[in-house]
Amino acid sequence: METSYITGRRIKEYLSLGKRFDERKLNEFRNITIEGNVSNKAEGSCRVKIGKTEVIVGVKLAVGTPYPDSADKGNLMTTAEILPLSSDRIELGKPGFDSIELGRVIDRALRESGFIDFKKLCIEEGKKVWTVFVDIYSINDDGNLLDAAGIGAVVALKNSKLPKYDLENEKVLYDEESNEKVPLTDALPLTVSVHKVGDSFIVDPTREEEDLSETRVTIGSSRGIISSIQKSLGQSLSSEEFSEVLDLSQKAWDEIESKIKKYLK
Amino acid sequence: MTAFKRPDGRKIEELRPITAKVGVVPNADGSAIYSSGNTIAIAAVYGPKKMHPQHSQNPEKGTLRCTYLMNSFSVSDRIKPGPNRRSMEISKITEWALEPVIMLKNFPNQVIDVHINIIQADAGTRCAGINAAAMALAHAGIPMKSMVSSISIGKLDKQLVVDLTKEEEDYHVGEGPTDIPISMTDDGQITHLQLDGKINHEQMKEAIEMAKEATKKVYEIQKQALKNALEEKK
Amino acid sequence: MISKMTEENKRKIVIPGETIVEGDGYLPGEGTEKRGNKIVAQRFGLSEESDNLVKVIAISGPYIPRRGNTVVGKVVNVLANGWLIDVGYAENAFLSLMEVPRFVNKDALEEVMEIGDMMAGKIWNISKRGIDLSIKQRGFGRISQGIIMKVNPNKVPRIIGKEGSMIKLIKDETHCEITVGQNGFIWINGENVEDEIFARRAIDFVSDKSYIHGLTEVLTKWLSENKK
Repeated sequence: METSYITGRRIKEYLSLGKRFDERKLNEFRNITIEGNVSNKAEGSCRVKIGKTEVIVGVKLAVGTPYPDSADKGNLMTTAEILPLSSDRIELGKPGFDSIELGRVIDRALRESGFIDFKKLCIEEGKKVWTVFVDIYSINDDGNLLDAAGIGAVVALKNSKLPKYDLENEKVLYDEESNEKVPLTDALPLTVSVHKVGDSFIVDPTREEEDLSETRVTIGSSRGIISSIQKSLGQSLSSEEFSEVLDLSQKAWDEIESKIKKYLK
Repeated sequence: MTAFKRPDGRKIEELRPITAKVGVVPNADGSAIYSSGNTIAIAAVYGPKKMHPQHSQNPEKGTLRCTYLMNSFSVSDRIKPGPNRRSMEISKITEWALEPVIMLKNFPNQVIDVHINIIQADAGTRCAGINAAAMALAHAGIPMKSMVSSISIGKLDKQLVVDLTKEEEDYHVGEGPTDIPISMTDDGQITHLQLDGKINHEQMKEAIEMAKEATKKVYEIQKQALKNALEEKK
Repeated sequence: MISKMTEENKRKIVIPGETIVEGDGYLPGEGTEKRGNKIVAQRFGLSEESDNLVKVIAISGPYIPRRGNTVVGKVVNVLANGWLIDVGYAENAFLSLMEVPRFVNKDALEEVMEIGDMMAGKIWNISKRGIDLSIKQRGFGRISQGIIMKVNPNKVPRIIGKEGSMIKLIKDETHCEITVGQNGFIWINGENVEDEIFARRAIDFVSDKSYIHGLTEVLTKWLSENKK
């Protein structure tokens, strides 16, 4: 039973006073904790918690053929599954739209930022390249799975190793230890989702706040350079409002970066 | 009689180290994590609740619906995300393993959803899933006649052992490996049994006896995990 | 003094299938089953024994409606002669237009409550036909504002407390009107949002620590420490 609209009125009232139920500021994130290497068969993995929201991200590498228009570059494929495990609202069956959108938004943020050095993932031009698979699973949805997934993807990639490859037998030696890291640049493509609730703009909504979101803008950027934007949900924004969103996202990006610094050694 | 040497040095009847905890998914009505060696399973229960679509409702008793899913990165060769034939079979096996103990007659027209996710796989994933699910159901306050505990008995060549690892599942000496996952209630009822390999009748009976002892050990850990949830709060 | 001590000893954490007591003369109460001469738990919770009646106090589990329950629910349909209310149970409850304190014209049901409205009411009857609600009593009816929160229905008795003492303590310290639905949905209506948030936190506090001894003292301390 969704009771959001009664409590929602109070949430919006309070927001218009610049306050939130958990005493955070409108531009403030909840507590972020990250645990690396949570799945030992993955080439890289991590668990991210933002408040009570939890996601697990794993990276797998496999060898395949390159796309014809990028014969000397490796590939990236990002998939997300918002599991029924994580919320009482998920329907069983095919991935819902939310899962698909999440995967694609994170994919664009990772891809367009130049975070992964795709050229270094080439084994044999035109014939063999590495494909990086980033797979995101939700464990508990208390709002803002998107940004949790974004952090998770970056951290998991940062602790990912490139497996050894037996060129002669065309086999990836997953069980052999490798010290080579997945080739990355120093970009940090984090996503920040800004939500419009009533007349206020907030970041990192809890689920009860997210239920009231009228429009969401997710911005993937790295140190001030924007590499992806997705505006979702049905309401429109004025250009002034959009500027406010951009400013908010920059501040939030800085906050996330400082919060996760210690996990990025 | 020389002791049979297992790759990880365990004794024949020795289980891998187990950790278990409940209350790991705040949104769920009940949840648990269960790990056996390097195999990690998490389970969440939602329900009982109204069942949709209406035509699936059973007016005589509630429905138990289980989903089992392995994370793509839980194994060496990535599994394409989403359900597949194996996960669908194990989902059904899990339902059959748990149904006998759940008092479904109390919940006509309703459904209890159990979702299992395998975070890391080193054999025995369906057993870990069933163990986590049983704890999650109890944690959710679902009326149950007893707990269900699950273990895989293996036969390596001619030797019966308890709790196979992936390495042991790939054992290729003599008669090769035989994998026998079994789930039992705490009063010795078998709710789930499968076999993959080859075994004679005598050894099969012996395997059941070994499973009885092994599931008792699993039960103690499940019980302690549930009790810890309340002890912590006292 | 002695009976109090043994009462505490009689309380232990049990899981489904576990034997609580063994011996003749014990009777199986709620959440238990008699198997031979053993009383066996069928729920996860705290076992309690008094006068040889053994029961399990469940700390989680679904809502079971009973006559006399106050419930907070949501209107899911408006029928010719009443409203269908979702109270978080397998079946929806029915509120007849005859159970409203004022006269309602058959064509004006939507003016009283529409689909999606939240309401508080009382179960006055449960029969094969279904669950019947009434909003004739003071404080019941359509909810127009406030905060609605959810707790596990098994925690409600503790949140209400002995003769309402626990909830009264919260109401007094937070200056809020609080309607506790036995179905786990609680309506908080205060003079300002801060008070309502404080009340919600207090209720979550009690719900979280529902099985500790001396909870009233612990809550009193928490309330004075967290007042603004």
